[in-house]
Amino acid sequence: MPKLNSISDLKNLKEKSLLNILMRKGEIKKDVKKSILVCGGTGCQSSNSKKILANLKEELAKNRIEDNYQCLMVGCFGFCEKGPIVDIEPDGVFYVSVKPEDAKDIITEHIINNKKVERLLYIDPATNQKIERQDDIPFYKKQMRIALRNCGFINPENIEEYIAMDGYFALAKSLFELGDVKTLEEVKKSGLRGRGGGGFPTGLKWEFAKKEKNDQKYIICNADEGDPGAFMDRSVLEGDPHSVLEAMAIAGYVIGSNKGYIYIRAEYPLAIERLKIAIKQAREYGLLGENILGSNFNFDIQLSYGAGAFVCGEEIALIASIEGSRGEPNVKPPFPAQSGLWKKPTNVNNVETFANIPPIILNGGEWFAKIGSEKSKGTKVFALAGKINNVGLVEVPMGITLREIIYDIGGGIKNNKKFKAVQTGGPSGGCIPEKFLDIQIDYDNLTAIGSMMGSGGMIVLDEDDCMVNVAKFYLEFTKDESCGRCTPCRVGNKRLLEILQKITDGNGTMEDLETLKELSEIIKDTSLCGLGQTAPNPVLSTLKYFYDEYVAHVKDKKCPAGACSKLLRYFIIEEKCVGCSACARNCPVSCISGEIKKKYTIDQSKCIKCGACIQKCKFGAIIIQ
Amino acid sequence: MSNSSCSADLFKELDAYIDSLNLDKKDFHKNKGHLIQILHKAQELFGYLPESVQIHIGKRLDISPAKVFGVVSFYSFFTMEPRGEHVINVCMGTACYVRGADKILEEFEKRLGIKSGKTTEDGLFTLTSLRCVGACGLAPVVIIDDEVYGKVKKEDVEELINKAKNSKKENTNA
Repeated sequence: MPKLNSISDLKNLKEKSLLNILMRKGEIKKDVKKSILVCGGTGCQSSNSKKILANLKEELAKNRIEDNYQCLMVGCFGFCEKGPIVDIEPDGVFYVSVKPEDAKDIITEHIINNKKVERLLYIDPATNQKIERQDDIPFYKKQMRIALRNCGFINPENIEEYIAMDGYFALAKSLFELGDVKTLEEVKKSGLRGRGGGGFPTGLKWEFAKKEKNDQKYIICNADEGDPGAFMDRSVLEGDPHSVLEAMAIAGYVIGSNKGYIYIRAEYPLAIERLKIAIKQAREYGLLGENILGSNFNFDIQLSYGAGAFVCGEEIALIASIEGSRGEPNVKPPFPAQSGLWKKPTNVNNVETFANIPPIILNGGEWFAKIGSEKSKGTKVFALAGKINNVGLVEVPMGITLREIIYDIGGGIKNNKKFKAVQTGGPSGGCIPEKFLDIQIDYDNLTAIGSMMGSGGMIVLDEDDCMVNVAKFYLEFTKDESCGRCTPCRVGNKRLLEILQKITDGNGTMEDLETLKELSEIIKDTSLCGLGQTAPNPVLSTLKYFYDEYVAHVKDKKCPAGACSKLLRYFIIEEKCVGCSACARNCPVSCISGEIKKKYTIDQSKCIKCGACIQKCKFGAIIIQ
Repeated sequence: MSNSSCSADLFKELDAYIDSLNLDKKDFHKNKGHLIQILHKAQELFGYLPESVQIHIGKRLDISPAKVFGVVSFYSFFTMEPRGEHVINVCMGTACYVRGADKILEEFEKRLGIKSGKTTEDGLFTLTSLRCVGACGLAPVVIIDDEVYGKVKKEDVEELINKAKNSKKENTNA
């Protein structure tokens, strides 16, 4: 492929690649080559979607019709609960939970005989009706896709499909039409705020870096998505890597940088592979490298790998890591915009933030600013997980309520259990109780109720989850991930965890609850970086909204959710016990006594709650309370 | 050591990799920027990062072994102990945790007779937990070698261990 040397080269290439996309969209009616799209996200690939694709291709070849169809792997559809997904366009027929052996039916029935494969259609649990089209599935109805616009629709390993979707036209518009100043204006007008969690206005951040005078500046894309339960950045990189590359080039053009880094987790092999392919293609087409599109703007991108440290999501720690050091944060200022990578002015943005940039430039900042709530513009991608029916990735306009996300999109709580809380913002966020389900989601509202937007993880908890235990889980995480540089975070979080452990072991006192609160406030106020400043949030929010559960652990020595094993008690139901002695023989501490063919009993003071007896009892005579 | 010739080959390969990075002799600071990348490569080659490898890398980049050790010990991805033939990773991300990943990990610990983070005496299995692979739709998730298993139940653990053991047999027969 010869390099694209002008905007008209780019337009010509778009014309050339457009046909396939138009056919997929259903905008061409004649001689349509249907598209068979198979989800290639990490979740679906783990469920064998590669094999599904291979089988589909094989079936097409067997029937000698492979040239009449576009059969390809695309990025994540978001509906992970029902993966692997096969979507047939322009029919819009959406097959869920597909297995490799279903390939034959899809080809012979749907493709050749033009009949839907009924058993693979989505069944709406509310109505028990089968739903054919993706747009009609409740999971998708309230969604609005900007950052994920191309995910699940284009082949992420083919730059021409991205270009056919107006890819790299935002870069061209900046270079040849807007210029750096007006491009920055559009980003500022859009009101876009950092999607990595901080929520800092992106335009302002770019402006700071632009103002600095220096012969070398850097752009960094933060793809160190360490928040457990959040996978939106990974899906963007896997499903639409070029959107990030294009946005980084635009940012480079605005602030005057010719070099970008993508700092990515080593745990994301598929995203790394797709990025490598994308960077290589962009260089070949002259969309990265020297004299991009024939202009005098040069920009290139290099990958830099993380090595498993949550704190490296903090921008100063991240920069230290790229420099080859321990990823420890430092005092701000100086901010990276003044002194960042190799002490040069550096602009760091998150993946999802970047993915929003090309549509903002193409459609204008005002278009974006019309979407969302008053102070938070645009859309946000949430990773919905936990005790919810529809686990997956959803992109919704800011200002939507939690209830809409959990019940309308997420399909409610799994197994008809009762909703208890939703945890947002990962280890830095808090647990939100039912009474706040109707607040509008935006950066400020979530912070006001003691949680935060974070990167967009949203874990739903039900009546079986113990909130003290959940707080302990997050503290275990932050204790492990604290880099150790500042004392409040290093020592304070460990002390918090010890107290929580004491409470879940049944040894807590009411005084401990006071100490938890006081210590949490101190850690928040005195830690060096965002990790420490937010680490106590899970404790504070559960103390605030679920104080009764703490009290039950402390005063009654009971775990209301039945999750804390040390507070459980094992009992033998007399009526069911046949006196076989299986439990007593298997008890490692010999705390079960009785006589053969008579009733056995457990000595509660000796019981270590290992559960061995329950496993051995064939009569279901042992229960936990 | 009996396998010294083999490890000499590995050092050669590591050196070749470092050479391919075209380190700038003058710019000491930027050379250090390659450290994590080189450690990734070294761990891929050696399976872990023993002292000798860390010292070697320090020499090549002209940084002290203490600095190299500082980095190796900071990042959880790097290990200074040899791994077992099969590595079992139980995802302990939040989504997996609330769907019972802790019970799965416990079951592995019980069946293998080791704690998380350790390797069995026969060198067959290393058991670890990791934080979120992002396959939350499949929670709880277990990754054995490169194979991802979703919606794992406590009862599946024994079968997963046996499956991994058998995959070793195939390899040695082949």
